[in-house]
Amino acid sequence: MHEAKHIQNTLETLISKKRMLEIKDLKKAFGDNHVLNGFNLILYEGENLVIMGKSGSGKSVMIKCLVGLMEPDSGSIKIMDRNLLALNQVELDELRTEIGFLFQGSALYDSMTVRENLEFPLRRHTHKFGNITDTTQLVEEALESVGLVHAIDLMPAELSGGMKRRIALARTLILKPKIILYDEPTSGLDPITSKEIIELMRNIQKQYKTSSLIITHDVDCARVVSERMILLVDGINYAEGTFEELKASKDEKVKAFFK
Amino acid sequence: MIRLIKIRAFFIEIGELTYFTRRFLKELFSKPFEFKELLRQCYYIGNKSLLLVGVTGFIIGLVITLQTRPTLEEFGAESWMPSMVSISIIREIGPVIIALTFAGRIASGIGAELGSMRVTEQIDAMEVSGTNPFKYLVVTRVLAATLMLPILVILGDTIALYGSYLIENSKGDVSFLLYFNKVFNSLTFGDIIPATIKTYFFGFAIGLVGCFKGYYCKKGTVGVGLAANSAVVFSSMLLFVIDFIAVFVTDIFFET
Repeated sequence: MHEAKHIQNTLETLISKKRMLEIKDLKKAFGDNHVLNGFNLILYEGENLVIMGKSGSGKSVMIKCLVGLMEPDSGSIKIMDRNLLALNQVELDELRTEIGFLFQGSALYDSMTVRENLEFPLRRHTHKFGNITDTTQLVEEALESVGLVHAIDLMPAELSGGMKRRIALARTLILKPKIILYDEPTSGLDPITSKEIIELMRNIQKQYKTSSLIITHDVDCARVVSERMILLVDGINYAEGTFEELKASKDEKVKAFFK
Repeated sequence: MIRLIKIRAFFIEIGELTYFTRRFLKELFSKPFEFKELLRQCYYIGNKSLLLVGVTGFIIGLVITLQTRPTLEEFGAESWMPSMVSISIIREIGPVIIALTFAGRIASGIGAELGSMRVTEQIDAMEVSGTNPFKYLVVTRVLAATLMLPILVILGDTIALYGSYLIENSKGDVSFLLYFNKVFNSLTFGDIIPATIKTYFFGFAIGLVGCFKGYYCKKGTVGVGLAANSAVVFSSMLLFVIDFIAVFVTDIFFET
């Protein structure tokens, strides 16, 4: 009885929250390889939603469809009530300023310093900040959030893996996005640095009040960060719930993720 | 069967390159313009190739003069030396050899740079941040290569003629004034203008192929190596095709 009431409360809270991102029946295939077979997702305002799936399960394809880097074969994607697939290039670029994307390999521009890396997204979008000409304050503010103000004039080649990931996070924060998409935020990092990044992600969500979609296969990351989880298996939402609910599942495919 | 697949792949690549060229032309005239990046690329592509072009030009001048002189001496026609060397350098050898060295340096550099940016998702990151990567990376580089190569060829040709003069001066006691007087007497606009126009096409082809190979680089470090390598091979081959067409067209419009 108590559990039913808890579920009802959770559902009511979710329904009353604003939908930041909504995917319906997303399909994508590469030749005969059907990667997404009707994937559905809703991300609510201020929520941390984790998508877990094996390598090659289509997680990265799905997240790339969300920012227009890939075009799905069918389905619909709504971001903050705007239909992504119906936008023209200018509208898409404008929408992209509301979405931060942390790439798996950090994707820092290696011919630019940290400062130039952070200034780059501002080039065409200073209107968001009242057409300012001096961006130093914004750059320093973003670097402060990740604790790396001292690295401002370094080149990416001079940074460690963890530092690169933090700078990449600062770069996604500089436009003050409403949604942040994390593509395997802890992959390739040692356990201590992974914990630091996870902690940073939580702090950023509190500080910037963002909604986050996190793609990972790191169970520790999912446990600490997630408020809700979706397991992506064979291109569909195989299971959905909180970390504890999914961990307690008796389904063999679900259990395999937590072994 | 394998040969058929290779021929098919070749034509697919030509089709993709055509589409890439069309996209370049479309983006070239649409706003926003990346002037700052264009200037940076002009500096990088032009300035960084100066030494290579200078040395190449100087050696071309020296070698052609040294190799040709004995033959002309045999006929007592050493006085033809400046006009012969200048015409061959300005019309053909200068543009082609300098363009080939330029292709070796710039096409491979662009191919490897854009290739590694593609592999490490930097191009995707650029797109996600609301900047058109095609405009920022491709248009600027192709334009810079197109604008810089003719200037480099003019410089290389001049240095080549100076190299030729040095040999003439040491072997035939010819003064600087006399040598260059003879050079300019023998050259006509029909030699200089078509040769300069074709270098714009050479520069365009080198920049375009380098960007094309890098922009569509296959995943992994092997892909980057292949992009750099095939950018040089493809652009060098394309140079000769353009050169053939240019000579053919020149022959029609400027009867030589």
